[in-house]
Amino acid sequence: MSERQVEVEILRYDPETDQAPKLQSYSVPCQEEWVVLDAITYIKDHIDTTVSFRWSCHMAVCGSCGMMVNGEPALSCKSFLRDYPDKIRIEPLAHFPIVRDLVVQLDDFMEKLNRVKPYIIPKEKKSVSDGQHKQSPAQLKAFKQYTLCINCTLCYAACPQYGLVPDFIGPAAMALAHRYNLDSRDGGREQRQEVVATDEGVWECSFVGACSEVCPKQVDPAGAIQQMKIASTVDWYKEHLMPWSKP
Amino acid sequence: MEKIQIDIAIVGAGGAGLRAAIALAESDPNLRIALLSKVYPMRSHTCAAEGGAAGVIKGDDSLDLHFSDTVGGGDWLCDQDAVEYFINEAPKELTQLEHWGCPWSREPDGSVAVRPFGGMKIKRTWFAADKSGFHILHTLFQTSLQYPSIRRFDEFYTTDLLVEDGRCQGCTAIEMSTGLMYQFQAKSVIVCTGGAGRIFSFTTNGAIKTGDGMALAFRAGVALKDMEFVQYHPTGLPGTGILLTEGCRGEGGILVNKHGYRYLQDYGMGPEPPLGEPVLKTMELGPRDRLCQAFWHEQRKGNTVSTQWGDCVHLDLRHLGEKKINERLPFVRDLSISYVGKDPVHDLIPIRPVVHYMMGGIHTDINAATTMPGLYAAGECACVSINGANRLGSNSLTELLVFGKRAALNAIEYISSGGKDVDDAAVTKLANEAQGRITTLFQKSNGTETISGLRKEMTDTMEQGAGIYRTEESLKETCNKLNELRSRFSAVELNDKSNVFNTDLFSALELGAMLDVAETVAVGALERKESRGSHQRLDHTQRDDNNYLKHTVAYHDKTDPPRIDYLDVVITKSKPGVRDYSGDKK
Ligand SMILES: Cc1cc2nc3c(=O)[nH]c(=O)nc-3n(C[C@H](O)[C@H](O)[C@H](O)COP(=O)(O)OP(=O)(O)OC[C@H]3O[C@@H](n4cnc5c(N)ncnc54)[C@H](O)[C@@H]3O)c2cc1C
Ligand code: SF4
Ligand code: FES
Repeated sequence: MSERQVEVEILRYDPETDQAPKLQSYSVPCQEEWVVLDAITYIKDHIDTTVSFRWSCHMAVCGSCGMMVNGEPALSCKSFLRDYPDKIRIEPLAHFPIVRDLVVQLDDFMEKLNRVKPYIIPKEKKSVSDGQHKQSPAQLKAFKQYTLCINCTLCYAACPQYGLVPDFIGPAAMALAHRYNLDSRDGGREQRQEVVATDEGVWECSFVGACSEVCPKQVDPAGAIQQMKIASTVDWYKEHLMPWSKP
Repeated sequence: MEKIQIDIAIVGAGGAGLRAAIALAESDPNLRIALLSKVYPMRSHTCAAEGGAAGVIKGDDSLDLHFSDTVGGGDWLCDQDAVEYFINEAPKELTQLEHWGCPWSREPDGSVAVRPFGGMKIKRTWFAADKSGFHILHTLFQTSLQYPSIRRFDEFYTTDLLVEDGRCQGCTAIEMSTGLMYQFQAKSVIVCTGGAGRIFSFTTNGAIKTGDGMALAFRAGVALKDMEFVQYHPTGLPGTGILLTEGCRGEGGILVNKHGYRYLQDYGMGPEPPLGEPVLKTMELGPRDRLCQAFWHEQRKGNTVSTQWGDCVHLDLRHLGEKKINERLPFVRDLSISYVGKDPVHDLIPIRPVVHYMMGGIHTDINAATTMPGLYAAGECACVSINGANRLGSNSLTELLVFGKRAALNAIEYISSGGKDVDDAAVTKLANEAQGRITTLFQKSNGTETISGLRKEMTDTMEQGAGIYRTEESLKETCNKLNELRSRFSAVELNDKSNVFNTDLFSALELGAMLDVAETVAVGALERKESRGSHQRLDHTQRDDNNYLKHTVAYHDKTDPPRIDYLDVVITKSKPGVRDYSGDKK
């Protein structure tokens, strides 16, 4: 197996001792098949045990390890060193306050997930003894893509609007609302509209599309928001121009 | 120290912990619940499960078949009363998840689809493509958000259980972002901290699976049961240990050696059926323990393929075709292309056995109760035992649900019928002592040992001595090494002296837990002088029901190796028999 020396710069910040974040450089002997995360754990195990970062699954499914790699939001466990030059810069995800080093504060994101009521609000009451709902493969397909979000928040780090207006509910949470709205078992769209069809919701999105580009799971949050925008506009016309059309 | 007073604390917010929390909140909205987790709930390792969850739902299946597949698969070490309860509850729990929005894959008629898994007579595994655990976890997490009584403490690392008057009365935990210690005073505690695969170096388990909860209970005096039974999964990607689900073989994938030969037929699992026509419970759909053992023999015969990551065999999915692979196994395709550069549509995929699951865990009974009043456990950290000596694939996800809920309901029952109040003064004293221990570790100087150094020695000795095949000699060496490492652990010094997100500290605590847990695995294996399920001894090759149709229970000692004792297995209707995976052809 061939080895390559890579210079890894990591943004370091400990609020207890540091005035401001600063880059620290490490020279790491890397195996050719390594991902960026492997280089960072190598540093932690062999060079500097004080580097703080989050990770767990190492298979791009737990959503812990998002970082800025050479200025782009990325999952460090699925960013292969072979795709980078011999010098890489690693920083915490943009648009989030830093807790320490590469660890960012997620409170705001967690609150927003919660706010969109991301759970089935049943169309009709049904108990377990009544058995399963029927849901055709086509009905499943209608929302399946939006269930794939791993909450890695890369899309928030990529979204210029979230950077400017932190009140914006943001791509992943919006896509999740859309996911439940589209589920044939759900009847909660109206309740969610109170949250998403607002100035903090669909109307805040300027449709740059950076979220969908950066998403490691092809969730396409931009597409979800666009669809919700159209549906909300239809709602608006129904309510304001055609009051009789409300069911 | 911050003091949180609640009725029930749940440690761990994976599948089991979330299911328990929802059951508590649904039963009584006035219950005060704390849900602690060292990672955000959706990072819990349940998210990594791919294949699916078993539950009888189709007309051609029966509870009896699920029972016999599970008990035989477990080489008769399962408690049969618990298995019976489990299989009865399984379909209800999976249906409940369906109501909560889990995107289960569907048949054309809109009913939930099932796929075959290894060791099953009939296909009964519910699946959501090949991201079943991920969808189960997110469904549970999102569902839990509608219950305001579930107070979450995300990124709180639990350090100790608080035991006074023989009862569990809470726990202490460090808020990771600040380093502050909290005491949680609770009338009952449910431990749902998951497995401990990280005691081995090559594993499908995420970084967080360090056996913390097992160690918490163990140190508090509760036994760990059947720890020597460690499941290897036959199809891990070399290098990383990333899992390719058994669903690959369920969908018709085959295993071949370097000659392109389906070698499993040489190990009592044949005859070989035609390509694309898998016969359930034979060949590639045999049980995991047998498949991994067959790999070991092939390696010794020189039939494996040598790769840059060591010896492998090949998983062949090519005959399934691109459409089916994309529909049923999209994640497998993605993982395989990314991490070993092989596209299953066109290429053979190198794979090898990898440490996957702990059958053993905190000794619980059919009620998910431990022997300590007030303390419950569920999920992979617990051992009920429905998994016996070898878990049947896809029983674990269902187990999280069934016993997560059961633990919750029994904890409510306990606190409402005579569970006493918390002794504030005594518990506070214990919490202060726990904090003192952390402070000592934190401030130690002149340390001579490193965390990564000790961890490597531990995982190396586990692979060497307590792997797929074991001997008295290999195990003795591992036991001695682990005991030595436990004493050397006291010479670890932290370099990181910050209070803020100090991962150096948490790695040290995790290492301490892993060393305790690893020793129960090795000592349990040394004492079990037979071969059963996943525990295979080259010096005792037969199953020995006269002496070892028993659960191992291990008790903690501060310095010496754990003390081993045995408990009877509950056998109701299935007497130990022969595990036959030849399609009844003998
Ligand atoms: C790759 C892979 C694939 C699998 N596929 C399948 C499958 O297809 N079917 C199947 O049935 N099973 C499968 N399994 C097994 C199954 O997924 C696990 O056994 C199960 O998910 C464990 O769930 P859990 O709730 O017990 O623990 P986890 O989901 O691991 O959660 C543990 C929780 O405990 C918390 N915790 C741990 N320690 C502490 C501490 N000190 N303080 C605070 N919190 C703590 C963690 O933060 C986490 O929230 C698979 C396992 C793996 C690894
Ligand atoms: S939508 Fe994509 S980028 Fe955004 S959090 Fe989900 S998975 Fe990550
Ligand atoms: S470590 Fe889980 S997504 Fe990267």
